[in-house]
Amino acid sequence: MKSAPNLPGYVLTSAALVALLLAAAGSLFLGRVNLSAADLLHGVLSPNANLAGLVVTELRLPRAVLAILVGASLGLSGAVLQGLLRNPLAEPGLLGVSNGAALGAVISIYFGLAHAFGLATPLLGMVGAMAAGALTFAFGRSSTLTLILSGAAVSSLMSAFLALALNFAPSPYAAYEMSVWMLGSLSERSWDHVFLAAPFIGLGLAILATMGRAIDALALGDVQAQSLGIHLDRTRVLALLGVGLCVGAATSVTGSVSFIGLVAPHLVRPFVGHQPSRTLLPSALLGATLLLLADIGTRVIHTNTELRLGVLTALLGAPFFFWLVVRLRKVAP
Amino acid sequence: MSRLVAAHLTVRRSGRAIVDDVSFALEGGGFVALVGANGAGKSTLLAALAGLIAADEGQVTLDGASLAAIDRRALARRRAYLPQNPRAEWPIAVERLVALGLTPHLPAFGGLPGGLEPRLTEAIEACDLVAQRLQPATTLSGGELARAMLARALIGDPQVLIADEPTAGLDPRHSLDTVGRLQALAAQGKLVVAAMHDLTLAARYSTHLMAMLDGRLAAFGPTAEILTPGLLRRVFGVEARITGDAGEALVDYLRPSG
Repeated sequence: MKSAPNLPGYVLTSAALVALLLAAAGSLFLGRVNLSAADLLHGVLSPNANLAGLVVTELRLPRAVLAILVGASLGLSGAVLQGLLRNPLAEPGLLGVSNGAALGAVISIYFGLAHAFGLATPLLGMVGAMAAGALTFAFGRSSTLTLILSGAAVSSLMSAFLALALNFAPSPYAAYEMSVWMLGSLSERSWDHVFLAAPFIGLGLAILATMGRAIDALALGDVQAQSLGIHLDRTRVLALLGVGLCVGAATSVTGSVSFIGLVAPHLVRPFVGHQPSRTLLPSALLGATLLLLADIGTRVIHTNTELRLGVLTALLGAPFFFWLVVRLRKVAP
Repeated sequence: MSRLVAAHLTVRRSGRAIVDDVSFALEGGGFVALVGANGAGKSTLLAALAGLIAADEGQVTLDGASLAAIDRRALARRRAYLPQNPRAEWPIAVERLVALGLTPHLPAFGGLPGGLEPRLTEAIEACDLVAQRLQPATTLSGGELARAMLARALIGDPQVLIADEPTAGLDPRHSLDTVGRLQALAAQGKLVVAAMHDLTLAARYSTHLMAMLDGRLAAFGPTAEILTPGLLRRVFGVEARITGDAGEALVDYLRPSG
């Protein structure tokens, strides 16, 4: 019988970290404004304000930082949820917070608040994410199954409201703006967006990072995990809170970005012997890397209209889904 | 030695008493076989004894302290619980699965401390899993998985082991093997409580027999004294013949009682 492949933790973590740094460097040096790496470096290091320096520090750096925060949120949330629910299809949108964030953002566009105050969209997005998370929790706290079902119910309720907002959009332009926002993007994001989302994302990531022991024990099922001293209710609450905070904040600033949270843990899992706790850190790093790469993709693939980030991740993610099905068909008894 | 006591223990589900006013005292060194018809309340009683479900009335105490008052991690270090047909949800290696039994002994972060590594090897050797040590747990046969789960339960060196039908689904060889391990544990002074359907195994290996009927305790005492055709008629509704002495007892069912 084949033994489970296993790498020492630091090898995988270091490799993921190197990949992340490379992707981050790429994100700073590649873009629509065609400037050579030397010009950009020179611009950043020069004491006087200049175009190349501004492109890096005011446009590309906040964008890269945001991509890392959002990607790490999605990757870590996916890993925690898959471990908690022991379901390979669990992803950050499952608990309804993504759709809640999208609804909040769309409401801000609907009433034209976004034009009055730049950060109205992400702020309302966070309110929406928290409301959706609270609703999921209120109905689904009693067990894992009810949590999934309640998340699905809240998700579809939020989608219904989203459709309603599109249906009664005050103008064709507003409808266009709403639907494009939902496609997800990191363009035109500034340090304001980073500072708005970072505290929530940081807190959410910190909460999720503490859950390794619990999701490991859950590999034995709810009852055995409970008998090993794991507080199941508290574990569910922490997961919902962590995912709600970081995915809610992430979706509020970027719009919906699918598949990263689903894909990252799957790519990591075979290298860590499938142990849930050991997927956490690498999934966060890989999620950040994948999102940076996808964002670079939207910039270097030349199209007349901007290729939206969420569209690119969905296009690349769908084939992965097929691969997952084929693989599960082989593995499943 | 541990002392596990149930006092007027009652557990209700949707108004119906699944465990109804049950009282007894168990002590380390005993291997208690819990028997009863399907739906008699065995699993619920075991879960309540393990502190996994709360008593609606009465209480369970371990060495004098109510289970509800013992910190859940401290309790997890002192008693192990094996549900019916436990399974692994991810293809983790057998040694990782067994090591999960140390969860209540570990700090919140980090891998297995080096000092616990010998215990892991010991538990794997004791349960005859050396050849499967690195095999994904989801690919184990039923007997191998049962051994791995038993190793998982025993690695933390609990004083009390509560197992719900540990021999369910096992072939004769693996059943004997499992019950033999439970008997050996009791001989070391631990308390073992196991629900069992195979009365011949219970008759041969257990020190005490506890019989449940409709949520109530129908009989409890040393196995050799209380395992009689009359008890089986009352508890299971069957006519049975019991032959042989303790070590070689044989329980044979003849027909349903009229």
